[in-house]
Amino acid sequence: MATSASHRALGAALAVTVVAATATACAGAGGGIGPGDSSSINVLMVNNPQMLDIQKLTAEQFTQRTGIKVNYTVLPENDVRDKISQEFSSQAGQYDVATISNYEVPFYAKNEWLAPLDSHIAADPGFDQEDVLPSMRQSLTADDGHVYAEPFYGESSFLMYRKDVFQAKGLTMPENPTWQQVADLAAKVDGAQPGMRGICLRGQPGWGQLFAPLTTVVNTFGGTWFSKDWQAQVNSPEFKRATQFYVDLVRAHGEAGAPQAGFAECLNNMTQGKAAMWYDATSAAGLLEAPDSPVAGKLGFAQAPVDRTKSSGWLYTWAWGMQKASTKQDLAWKFISWASSKDYENLVGSKLGWSRIPDGKRSSTYRNPDYLKVTNAFAPQTERALTSADPRNPGVQPRPTVGIQFVDIPEFTELATRISQDVSAAIAGSSTVDEALDSGQERAARVAAKHKGGQ
Amino acid sequence: MTTQALAAPRRMADWARRAPLLPALLFMIVVTQLPFVATLVISFLQWNALDPKSRGFAGLDNYATVIVDPDLRSSVLSTIVLTVSVVLVSLVLGLGLALLLDKKFRGRGAVRTMLIAPFLVVPVAAALLWKHVLFNPEYGLFNGVLTWIWGLFGGATPPQPDWISSMPKIAIEASLVWQWTPFMMLILLAGLQSRPMDAIEAAKMDGATGWQVFRYLTLPHLRQYLELGGLLGSIYIVQNFDAVFTITSGGLGTANLPYTIYQTFFQAHDYGQASAAGVVVVIASIIIATFALRVVSSLLRNEVQS
Amino acid sequence: MTTKQAWRPWGVLAWFAGILFVLPVLWMVLTSLHSESDAATNPPSIAAKLTFQGYAEFFGATTGVSPWPPLLNSASASIGSTVLVLLLSVPAAYALSIKPVRKWSDVLFFFLSTKMLPVVAGILPIYLVAQYTGMLDNIWFLILLYTSMNLPIAVWLMRSFLAEVPKEMLEAAAIDGASLVTTLRKVVAPVAMPGIAATSLICFIFSWNELLFARVLTGVVAGTAPVFLTSFVTSQGLFLAKVCAAATVISLPVLVAGFTAQDKLVQGLSLGAVK
Repeated sequence: MATSASHRALGAALAVTVVAATATACAGAGGGIGPGDSSSINVLMVNNPQMLDIQKLTAEQFTQRTGIKVNYTVLPENDVRDKISQEFSSQAGQYDVATISNYEVPFYAKNEWLAPLDSHIAADPGFDQEDVLPSMRQSLTADDGHVYAEPFYGESSFLMYRKDVFQAKGLTMPENPTWQQVADLAAKVDGAQPGMRGICLRGQPGWGQLFAPLTTVVNTFGGTWFSKDWQAQVNSPEFKRATQFYVDLVRAHGEAGAPQAGFAECLNNMTQGKAAMWYDATSAAGLLEAPDSPVAGKLGFAQAPVDRTKSSGWLYTWAWGMQKASTKQDLAWKFISWASSKDYENLVGSKLGWSRIPDGKRSSTYRNPDYLKVTNAFAPQTERALTSADPRNPGVQPRPTVGIQFVDIPEFTELATRISQDVSAAIAGSSTVDEALDSGQERAARVAAKHKGGQ
Repeated sequence: MTTQALAAPRRMADWARRAPLLPALLFMIVVTQLPFVATLVISFLQWNALDPKSRGFAGLDNYATVIVDPDLRSSVLSTIVLTVSVVLVSLVLGLGLALLLDKKFRGRGAVRTMLIAPFLVVPVAAALLWKHVLFNPEYGLFNGVLTWIWGLFGGATPPQPDWISSMPKIAIEASLVWQWTPFMMLILLAGLQSRPMDAIEAAKMDGATGWQVFRYLTLPHLRQYLELGGLLGSIYIVQNFDAVFTITSGGLGTANLPYTIYQTFFQAHDYGQASAAGVVVVIASIIIATFALRVVSSLLRNEVQS
Repeated sequence: MTTKQAWRPWGVLAWFAGILFVLPVLWMVLTSLHSESDAATNPPSIAAKLTFQGYAEFFGATTGVSPWPPLLNSASASIGSTVLVLLLSVPAAYALSIKPVRKWSDVLFFFLSTKMLPVVAGILPIYLVAQYTGMLDNIWFLILLYTSMNLPIAVWLMRSFLAEVPKEMLEAAAIDGASLVTTLRKVVAPVAMPGIAATSLICFIFSWNELLFARVLTGVVAGTAPVFLTSFVTSQGLFLAKVCAAATVISLPVLVAGFTAQDKLVQGLSLGAVK
């Protein structure tokens, strides 16, 4: 009896699950309605705070006005890059718009994965393309002269430091410090407060993590990844000296857990008073100066430290690119035009606060009194860093392609990520800079060989 | 004539026997074997998605690259180290826990429930939990507890090890052992509870010590269960992607085979080379699987005997 | 009393081990109930004020993104593939045990061997097939893949369960002239039902947990819960409470199913498989 009862109960349960499965599967797979709708677009983007803000504002501020529904997919940075390049390389057409950076734009455009935006820009004078910072425009224009993406927000890199700590120690930070000065200062402020280290520098493996700041150090120390004629230079004396300098500095006076520390960890260190200096993206300044930040008002800002060049800050932007295979390019442009506009900046400023606007892309932002009132501490330094960055000529020697903190070739992500794993191990002390860069040189030479013939 | 007349119904009967099997068999062939055939074909092509203009036949070039690729070789090693260490450690721990749970004590059900919890946490959630909530050198639980203990004794500078970078492999292994020990424990517990108690009682009557009972009765009985746990554990841990991807992103020498091939596919976009690597791995897996399947066949043999 | 005393050291040790193993899970739940800043302190703030902010974030308080579509997708993928696995594996197991085909052990080996091939080596062709057939970002495609992922283990488990059906009873039923349906209902089903329950549970758990296929093959429409979970990790700002809340909610179905069916799980993973 008991078994037959349980048997019947199980049968019933099974029937229910079958029905539930069919019902939910239909709901889930309803490609025809909802997201496949003719008045909706799909956007793939990175999980950064600015993107979460736009996600929040879209329904009320964009969809209601235009009738265009926007479906977002949000992923952390590493995941989103894999996903975007997979999506764009296969031209799968699932996403109309994606956040791509100035690293992807030139070679994505060359491979004909992106839709050129020139005609949209020409037909949309309100967008005011001339207002976009020249260095940004330049880095989002491909070799064929067409514009392929519009910046959402942009950043350079600079040095952030605790003014109060420096003052207490009787130290001053030059406006344009050299790396040697920064290293000396790091030694002096190390331990200025309990648990405070001298400087926070990224050590987390990843071309966009460790190698973003490190490549700017390499540039200003006179090194380069490749020479103009595609000779790999990864174990050249300059590259080695720069890397050794970086590794020594972070090992001696850097943050705890440096080999796993990226932007987020350094931000947390800085906010919690665990680092006196931090060399990183200018976009960090707004987060450190946010009203609820315990270190707001205590920070000073200096240009990116240099050695042999005049400036060394990087140039980076998350920009909206349109997939060539997209069948809804007009709708997609309406979205891009809204998201990258002055109006959107004003909207965020008035709704969420001026420290949260996606800045660093338009000249007008730096003339906006409301914005300057809040960001006075760092806006001038940011604008200077952004305008002095030169993506075509960032070092002491001519380069084969564009890019400051990266080399604009598709193989760079994998190349730099693999080498960064070894450099990160050197920071952890389980390997050496020489080992890391000698094996890196072999990889780089293999990559260079592919480009020698073709370019 | 008679044989022919008989052969037809027999063939019919054979097919009637096979019929229930065929849908599953066909499904598996289509969904798992055809992609590998495609992989084999692609492995002979020069095909990099980031370089759409130079596509063509590559001959054995991809294989030449793959075989000398130091990353692939080191990932083979880390796969073996990861699998063997996780399976062995969780088997030993699982055996210990199963022996404990086999005793009678207050709250045994509650303890078993607590012990299986790790196995029921979604693996990627578990990996995120270990990476960010436990291992994080700044605010992770482990270093937090160290600070707290040091604080109790008035120590001002507690050790704050950077778990993931100083011991990356052990960090990944620890999170996997935590998830898989409950699994092994469940299997071994079932094994313990199916022991022939009369033989054990008889042995005890004859004056056998606890150790002797364990060594000569329990352990031989558990052999099948240990093999089963080892086999199932290996199948899943060899293929582990979530933990390596989440905890170290393949850095610090932890990249295993699934991660390395994934990286070649989705970061380098070298489809030809990734496919060649896939083919090499499949061939190696078949060799290893042949050994592993001997274990299964011993399980099946035992069944026939009993 | 005396026996209880005698077992005490074992009991203490077992309780200690149990607490050690469950601690990370409890810590995850506690962190999910803290504010972001309380979640990231050193030493840990155990007694910090409890808040549901992390859960509110998970349910879209800031971004307005509902977690229900991915949860529903995971439910359909897991339940759908489990049903499909049962439909395919039970007959197959029948043909491997009760009325075995010739060389049935070779067939079983074939099923098992597919589990030993690295999934990642086949993922490119699978992706290309999905793209060219328009099945990218489609939950049915995921259901098919999860079915193939779980089918070998299910066939193996089900075969072991069905092998338990006493031969004498089958023969007796045959002599009585019982029809196939009657035999299945009266003789096979009582033995097979716990096996089906255990197999379903295991298939459900493995499908619910799957990340690699879901990451590569889904997008806006068919994204599953584990992929959604990773979207809470950000390289800018604190996220521990959010991620822990998301991890807790997403693990909940498996935890509940696993806890309520512990005995079935034990049976499924071991008794059936070995005997």
